[in-house]
Amino acid sequence: MEKAHNTFSLFHKDRKVGVHTFWKNILKNKILLLMLLPSVLYVIIFNYIPMGGIIVAFKNYNYQDGFLKSPWVGFENFRYLLISNKLWLLTRNTILYNIAFILTGMIVEVGIAILLSEMSGRYFKKICQSAMLLPFFISWVIVAAIVLNIFSFEYGVLNNFLRSIGAEPFDLYSNQSIFPLFLVLLRIWKNTGYGSVIYLAAITGIDREMYEAAEIDGASIWQRIRYITIPCLRPTMVIMLILALGQIFKGDFGMFYQIVKNNQILLEVADIIDTFVYRSLMSSTDIGMSAAASLYQSVMGFITVIIANKIVKKVEPDYALF
Amino acid sequence: MHKSSIVGRGQIDKIIFNFLSYTIVGIFALACILPFYLVVIGSFSDERTIITEGYSLVIKKFSLEAYKLIFKNPISIIRAYEITIFVTVVGTICNLFITLMTAYVLARKDFPWRNGIMFFFFFTTLFNGGLVPWYLLCSEVLKFNDKIYALILPLMFSVWNMIIATNYIRNNIPFEIIESAKIDGAGDFTMFIKLIVPLCKPLTATLALFTALAYWNDWYNCMLFIRNENMYTLQYYLQELLNSAEAIRRIAEKSGRIVQALPMESTKMAMTVIATGPIILLYPFLQKYFIKGITIGALKG
Repeated sequence: MEKAHNTFSLFHKDRKVGVHTFWKNILKNKILLLMLLPSVLYVIIFNYIPMGGIIVAFKNYNYQDGFLKSPWVGFENFRYLLISNKLWLLTRNTILYNIAFILTGMIVEVGIAILLSEMSGRYFKKICQSAMLLPFFISWVIVAAIVLNIFSFEYGVLNNFLRSIGAEPFDLYSNQSIFPLFLVLLRIWKNTGYGSVIYLAAITGIDREMYEAAEIDGASIWQRIRYITIPCLRPTMVIMLILALGQIFKGDFGMFYQIVKNNQILLEVADIIDTFVYRSLMSSTDIGMSAAASLYQSVMGFITVIIANKIVKKVEPDYALF
Repeated sequence: MHKSSIVGRGQIDKIIFNFLSYTIVGIFALACILPFYLVVIGSFSDERTIITEGYSLVIKKFSLEAYKLIFKNPISIIRAYEITIFVTVVGTICNLFITLMTAYVLARKDFPWRNGIMFFFFFTTLFNGGLVPWYLLCSEVLKFNDKIYALILPLMFSVWNMIIATNYIRNNIPFEIIESAKIDGAGDFTMFIKLIVPLCKPLTATLALFTALAYWNDWYNCMLFIRNENMYTLQYYLQELLNSAEAIRRIAEKSGRIVQALPMESTKMAMTVIATGPIILLYPFLQKYFIKGITIGALKG
């Protein structure tokens, strides 16, 4: 990725190639061009054509008339989103959850990576790392089943335990104040193994001589972590942070959909743009509004990526995406 | 006091640190594993015991009822397995072929339009039309509904994987190899198959693993496009099972009764075990590739 910013520059060096050489080039590279065909077609069909489909957001879409013939309604869909107060709630939820996920995730991932890197027992380390990676490879459907197994009000392991010691059982699925915290913890549970590998790789890249020199100078293990490991991890942390900030308008659909389901009590605190778009799309009467919400998400996402990239360019030019 | 002066300050720090790190990492690792263990226990537990006493940490009354119930009529579960395996194998092969081929072309320094085409791909990661136009295109224009390719096409190409692969090829395969093969008269495509792919084994292995996992875990495309129960993927089949059980439970709850004769709890857990099984079984073997893969694609975002 380091060289990426040259790669993505729009302008080709040889601007002065003539039409003649252009055709000659095409003939010369015909096999290579043919090899690009599947992916180029794929991206045109599944990415570029839907960009044109954005017009649905400005239409009163119905299945009979389709994309082109459905009547135009201008900004009506957006206006409806605004006056229903939905937009604000969805944006707030999406952004706040993402910020919470990014910050807590980073602290736990870096922390675990540092602990793992300084650990002496090789086997214990390996076993723990495998254990922590496991949740990442499980689909959210299975996570939802597991959550149900533990937190189900009637049969859950937790409530079973609480009842057996004579405590009040705890209904996670109707508790608006605890649930956001629960989602944050769940996210940490699922992603820490994966994230810590990235930071562990960065720690492995740190020059060992620095640690040795520090040790000779009498630095304690805490001092080495504080003055060598963490400063050396800073660039990686900044990049991961900014990349994640660029995706801040995008929620994890799988997580919110599978864990929250259609629980009306929880939707108030756990509805994000992605789940809202899906539900209004499936209700098939709100397609215009759904398209408006998803266009809003795309545009805001685009803006944040551009801003994030500008920041990366200032902070760490080598890591800029374009 | 006497001891500390012998061991020294550094040693004590080391001991404290080790104590802390072993405890924290150990507890976290346990927290990651324990839920899977609970599901397995739940699946082997007697349904009536679950209903009267709830799930527990140990098997109170061992029972194979749930598995018997599922495998009494195994057609649908076997079909879900078949669909999932087919989609995973075909999808992963197609995805790898297209992704690596594109990466190879864009990694070639002598390909004149590589910057422009790279941006053409890259732009799709910056901006997209959103779910709605994409869904309408797939269901209305491309007629994805109840078609097997609805489960394969959406995951068949990934721009991020392609960018990772392009960087990998560019950094790991010297351009001289390509040039000398060219002088020896190798065609562009032959060169890709005979030279590049074998040289990219670690990359291919990790991309294959991650793609296969994405296909195996996919329930989203099934939820969007598949209505025919015979075409449900394993994950979606599990989701439907959980949802219907949950629906029954909520209705029972609203009507003020607890339905005693609900043979669902252990069955749900058994189904979860069946859907997780292959990953857990393969996991010990694939784990080191996972770690390598994450490191290769570390900046995947």
